[in-house]
Amino acid sequence: MSKKQKKLIAVLAVLSVIFSITPNAYAMHIMEGYLPPKYCIAWGILCIPFLVAGFLSIKKKLQDNRKNITLLAMAGAFIFVISSLKIPSVTGSCSHMTGTGLGAILFGFSTVSILGIIVLLFQAILLAHGGLTTLGANTFSMAIAGPLLSYGIYKLCKKLKVNRMVSIFLAAFLGDIFTYSVTSFQLALSYPSTEGGVMASVGKFLGVFAPTQLPLAVLEGILTVLIIMALENYAQPELKAINFIKEGE
Amino acid sequence: MKKSKKTVIILILIAVLIAMIPLFALKGAEFGGSDDAGSVMIDQITGGYQPWFTPVLETLIHGELPGEVESLFFCLQTGIGVGIIAFIMGRFVERKRWTAGKADKA
Repeated sequence: MSKKQKKLIAVLAVLSVIFSITPNAYAMHIMEGYLPPKYCIAWGILCIPFLVAGFLSIKKKLQDNRKNITLLAMAGAFIFVISSLKIPSVTGSCSHMTGTGLGAILFGFSTVSILGIIVLLFQAILLAHGGLTTLGANTFSMAIAGPLLSYGIYKLCKKLKVNRMVSIFLAAFLGDIFTYSVTSFQLALSYPSTEGGVMASVGKFLGVFAPTQLPLAVLEGILTVLIIMALENYAQPELKAINFIKEGE
Repeated sequence: MKKSKKTVIILILIAVLIAMIPLFALKGAEFGGSDDAGSVMIDQITGGYQPWFTPVLETLIHGELPGEVESLFFCLQTGIGVGIIAFIMGRFVERKRWTAGKADKA
């Protein structure tokens, strides 16, 4: 089994590198300068409490157990990889996944806000994807709203005793979709249509993003399930330390 | 164990298919970014929109980031991520084998 699993990781690693070289590199965040200043500031302020909560929760988790840092790094790295892969989609344009579901499921949503903003900063500064002025809005959609929903879905499924892998898939899948719905809403709020106002704009932006994102969200769900399967197989002590699985399970 | 192995293989196959099928199904499609489509939509709604801020890096180098350099940065991002995941998973896998071996001896 361990040989097979190692092969799996190797294959995944090779695949991710291959995908990262696909041409037409674009990321789906709100682009630099595309949000009016007052919205930039408003979304930024809205993020602050989540970021502070995230910072404190990371600090606490590391105080509880220094070893938690391995899984934390893993969740961060997963976002790094996943959000750098631009996958061609059925609509003929490329988009990428968020990867925030894993962190939200393992650590709760507030922790992910910190992990997410690191990735967004990296992309905004080096890649001109997303942007410093739109950082607040992008952080809110990708690092707060999406993970929040993922976390909620996962908890709900746990309560309803849904199969664990199914609930992980659903959490990551819906979190991804929700991230892009929030992005559409953010854009629509700043650019209401002359006819029909904000809601008409929401429809227009969703029409652009949703069909592209749907297959990718499925992909994100699958990848998240795969990585959690690998972790459950090899990282039992760490998962127990963060109370992801209970003793004796 | 056997069953989970099968699930893993099937899941990977589905994942690869989802990523590859559009490439072959939509021959000649441009596969531009969907945020580009987003900006086009903004132009449509507002009737021509000028971004009020250009990315810092583009201001610094007076122009758009060359495509090749851009893919370099994207690879860098993927590389950092894959590196960390591979390193940690490698440790986990070896640890499991090592502790299992010790338990056998004892």
